[in-house]
Amino acid sequence: MGWYMAKRGLYAIPMMIVISFLTFILIHLSPMDPAEVVLEAQGVPQITPELIAQTKAELGMDRPFLIRYANWLIDCLQLDFGHSYVSGEPVWTLLGPAFLNTLQLTFASVIAVIALSVGLGVICALREGRLLDRSVRGVSFFLTSMPSYLLASLMIWYFAVKLDLLPTSGMASSASYVLPVVVIAVNYAGIYFRMIRSSMISQLHEDYVLYGRASGLSETTITMHMIRNSLQIAISVFCMAVPIILGSTVVVENVFAWPGLGSLSMHAILSRDFPVIQAYVLVMAVAFVLFNTVSDMVNAAMNPKLRGDL
Amino acid sequence: MNMLKQILKDRLAGVSLFIVAITIAAGAFAPWLAPHDPNHIHMELRYAGPSWDFPLGNDHLGRDVLSRLIFGIRPSVLYVFAALLASVCMGAIVGFIAGYFRGRTDAVLMRVVDAMLSFPGYVLTLALIGMLGVGLENILIAFVLSKWAWFARIIRTSVMQIAETDYIKYSKTIGVGHLSIMARHIVPVSLPDIAVIASSAFGSMVLQISGFSFLGLGIQAPHAEWGMMLNEARTVMFSKPELMLAPGLTIILVVSAINFLSDALQGALDPKLMSSKAKFQARTAVSAARLQGKEVA
Repeated sequence: MGWYMAKRGLYAIPMMIVISFLTFILIHLSPMDPAEVVLEAQGVPQITPELIAQTKAELGMDRPFLIRYANWLIDCLQLDFGHSYVSGEPVWTLLGPAFLNTLQLTFASVIAVIALSVGLGVICALREGRLLDRSVRGVSFFLTSMPSYLLASLMIWYFAVKLDLLPTSGMASSASYVLPVVVIAVNYAGIYFRMIRSSMISQLHEDYVLYGRASGLSETTITMHMIRNSLQIAISVFCMAVPIILGSTVVVENVFAWPGLGSLSMHAILSRDFPVIQAYVLVMAVAFVLFNTVSDMVNAAMNPKLRGDL
Repeated sequence: MNMLKQILKDRLAGVSLFIVAITIAAGAFAPWLAPHDPNHIHMELRYAGPSWDFPLGNDHLGRDVLSRLIFGIRPSVLYVFAALLASVCMGAIVGFIAGYFRGRTDAVLMRVVDAMLSFPGYVLTLALIGMLGVGLENILIAFVLSKWAWFARIIRTSVMQIAETDYIKYSKTIGVGHLSIMARHIVPVSLPDIAVIASSAFGSMVLQISGFSFLGLGIQAPHAEWGMMLNEARTVMFSKPELMLAPGLTIILVVSAINFLSDALQGALDPKLMSSKAKFQARTAVSAARLQGKEVA
């Protein structure tokens, strides 16, 4: 057990090195010279080759590739992601608070997604094929096909403007969480609920259920056993939901003007602010690897069968 | 043909197939079908309601909403399909090579795939758009580059199972060439798997690309695209909420049809799904495919 955990944890390190390297070379995919982008972002009227060379020297871009990578990596480990091309501020002062805001939204949404999908999944599985099950599945199918930005806009229009119940945007109070969380929850619960439902249904036909019934256990007890067994599958899925939702808040953040990473990265992309984009990618990818590692560890702790292969 | 019959047995699946077919045809023949020029501005008809001449009304510049919807099929559905096809093809080539030859080739290819998959899909797509610049072509390129690895991984698993079967081993023993084994025995057998995975990713990818256009990263004005039409409607959402209706309903209708069809396709191609365990596994795979596309949408 401890051995597996250690191995799984160590496995994340080479992954992160690969990620950092890919993030570093990402910038070279751009058809534009970074120095040119800097000058353009700063609004320099005439970009001459001398000016480009000078900027390159200032930014240390004339040094060999691997040395630049090593320097960059060391800086990143100290949370120094360079300065924004546009505002000149250090990237971390922009990214840090935004990351926390996104994280708050993500955790609130994940809790809502889990509550909604486990609740609906269990109820629908117990009522398999009946009206309730069919109507919930129908509605969720419809909602999964709905773009989240449309749902978000409609909700703003109805709840924030027509009924004037909730704030339209920003994160001023806890009420501002309601709409974005509901939009994300509705969007993802449609998928997760189907997983829970089908894993519950596959449990229905297991021998232990039959045996429990035969020995006269109450339905509630049997249901609790089934939930426990089907949640094992669900836990790995939900652990993965955290990083997926963490990055997918982009659209929702933009619609609700949530001051998080999604809004920040959009602005960075539109103004070609490379250091911010790079830092965003790195932070998200590292978070992704960390959550994956944790989710594997949780799974292994719960299910010894999974500890074998690594 | 047999498969088509199987799909049509289910009435809803038949309707879905019809909707998807109509959409594709309308997109392909857009210039002949659209009643007006989608970019022609009639300032005197701003926000006009439905009329005989303009059945779905006019937008904030007086452009015909119906024509814009029809022209929007190309970037919203057809180009997405092309991008999906391209990334599935890339994934299939890598997956076939890795799954069939195994050994060192497999190890190297899969490490590359692992590296690609260590980035969350949406972040990679966003990063590539950030580097390549805003625009529909760049989104599609970013999309192909960030999704192929995922298809490669799934196709490899499917090919590996087939490559282990006795008839493949026999073909190898009697000296049939690798290429002809692949072409005659592996590709046809794995095609249903590929079709199911690709089709279940399609609906959410349509949503995803329209999401990018909604954010202003995709197609640029004045071209019509569904996500962008919704974005334009959003600016006047409080005074004219009905403008969101036509593009919104169109997206929902088409994406539900695609999703429904992919479920039906899965059922038609794989009769094994009747047993509950296999069904659960297959459902999980399809849900994973949906999630893969869902990330940004």
